[in-house]
Amino acid sequence: MRLTCPLCGPRDRREFYYYGAEDYLHRPAPDAPIEAWDDHLHLRTNLAGVIKDLWYHEGGCASWLLVTRNTITHEVLSVERVADRKGASA
Amino acid sequence: MRYSGFKVFTEGLFGNKGWTPAWRDAAPKAEYDAVIIGGGGHGLSTAYYLAKNHGLRNIAVLEKGYLGGGNVGRNTTIVRANYFLPGNSEFYSHSLKLWEKLEGELNYNVMHSQRGQVVLFHSDGQRDAAVRRANAIVNQGDDAEILDVPTLKQLYPFLDYNQTRFPIYGGMNQRRAGTARHDAVAWGYARGADQLGVDLIQNCEVTGIDIEGGKVVGVQTTRGAIKAKKVGMVAAGRSGQVAAMAGMRLPVESHIMQAYVTEGLKPCIDSVISFGMGHFYISQSDKGGLVFGGDIDFYASYAARGNLPMLEHVMEAGMTLMPMIGRAKVLRTWGGIMDMTPDGSPIIDKTHIDGLFVDAGWNYGGFKAIPASGWCMAHLMATGQPHEVAAKFRLDRFRTGHLIDEEGTGSQHNLH
Ligand SMILES: Cc1cc2nc3c(=O)[nH]c(=O)nc-3n(C[C@H](O)[C@H](O)[C@H](O)COP(=O)(O)OP(=O)(O)OC[C@H]3O[C@@H](n4cnc5c(N)ncnc54)[C@H](O)[C@@H]3O)c2cc1C
Ligand SMILES: [Zn+2]
Repeated sequence: MRLTCPLCGPRDRREFYYYGAEDYLHRPAPDAPIEAWDDHLHLRTNLAGVIKDLWYHEGGCASWLLVTRNTITHEVLSVERVADRKGASA
Repeated sequence: MRYSGFKVFTEGLFGNKGWTPAWRDAAPKAEYDAVIIGGGGHGLSTAYYLAKNHGLRNIAVLEKGYLGGGNVGRNTTIVRANYFLPGNSEFYSHSLKLWEKLEGELNYNVMHSQRGQVVLFHSDGQRDAAVRRANAIVNQGDDAEILDVPTLKQLYPFLDYNQTRFPIYGGMNQRRAGTARHDAVAWGYARGADQLGVDLIQNCEVTGIDIEGGKVVGVQTTRGAIKAKKVGMVAAGRSGQVAAMAGMRLPVESHIMQAYVTEGLKPCIDSVISFGMGHFYISQSDKGGLVFGGDIDFYASYAARGNLPMLEHVMEAGMTLMPMIGRAKVLRTWGGIMDMTPDGSPIIDKTHIDGLFVDAGWNYGGFKAIPASGWCMAHLMATGQPHEVAAKFRLDRFRTGHLIDEEGTGSQHNLH
């Protein structure tokens, strides 16, 4: 499996660290109810099919990447930098 | 039909014409007292103990493919009770005791072989951790012993003891650990459940869970609607999708884990050996193949096949530990879909929906759990109360902070 990093181009899977589902991007407010934090950290839709998840280009440019891919076929559909997304905060 | 040595002998004399199918090919009835979704090891053992221990008779197991086609027939079959944390410790202890009586219980040869498992350590820190774990295991009532290097060298002369990176300092041994024939465990429970009247319905995919007024009333399947008073979701790697039918999100992310087997060789490895550095473990099957594996591939996946980086890592770890296997040819590799939880421990609990229960989150260690999981899930479904050895496997423990993180790797699904 390869991911095409927007900065570095197509790179081997070994260069990337996998974090988890895109839920990690939706961080609740510090005072949000415990259920919101549970949702953010633990509960997963865990879809068989096209999903978005977070990877880190550890062996490359050190970007956090949001990857759209198919969990049944391992096909990678798109890779974008988290920092480049609209409304992305620091 | 009861199996026995005498039966094998007489059948041999008369052309093996008297054998009958091990279970009926049941068609779904309109209604059951209890329906189990998933005909893997856990679903089958749950149905068996519901009938055996709790006297329920009107039970169905619904399996979308064929019995034993999931992880129960894809794993590397290690059976052990060397857990450390309360919650896991008493549960796996109970499971191993059930394993030790399983063949008599089921009248079925599951080829359970208590050949022992040694987990090697490679530093002073790992040795301290192993001694502490061994003490906890002994306190639980199970067996563990620390083996020093001279003893190990006698038992396993083929290990590379003095490699510069990971010299072997010793190992934690559990003699009662071992392996079993994975398919036979599914088949044995299937046959036992069938004989107690359980309907085993194959090629029957559950496509919906019917809920009325906060209570489960049945399921929709590819073979029609089935009413049920109680429903158990026991779908291992597919737990997320099954729970979604009830509008639930589980603390589970599905990952791929691979296994590898070589051509058949003369007997050379007579127990299970686990490398303490890098994830690698190995045993030899009764057919002679070296069966080995390592970590999950680390990214969410529903493909029942893995990728090359993990394969490469596992081969490297194997060569580091025991260079003698380098000449063996790998015959096959495959993958299974693992229901990974954020603490690496399982869930056996009620849901917020009346009559709907969940048994999931077995990560890559659910084979050894099959007897106790069925035992405890059946107890829960029949009595409404958690069994005492599974009382900590709560669905809400992540929200309440009562994690059972055996490896201490943190609250992330792929780190266990
Ligand atoms: C490579 C590998 C190595 C492993 N090694 C070990 C080991 O050494 N020791 C150990 O203890 N564990 C090991 N495991 C883990 C163990 O195999 C699993 O944890 C365990 O088998 C899971 O429970 P199960 O048997 O019920 O799962 P499965 O056999 O996967 O059963 C689940 C069943 O549910 C069915 N299903 C899913 N969705 C539906 C639906 N909608 N309707 C109807 N049916 C449905 C599936 O078809 C499947 O048959 C390993 C796993 C793998 C993949
Ligand atoms: Zn990059």
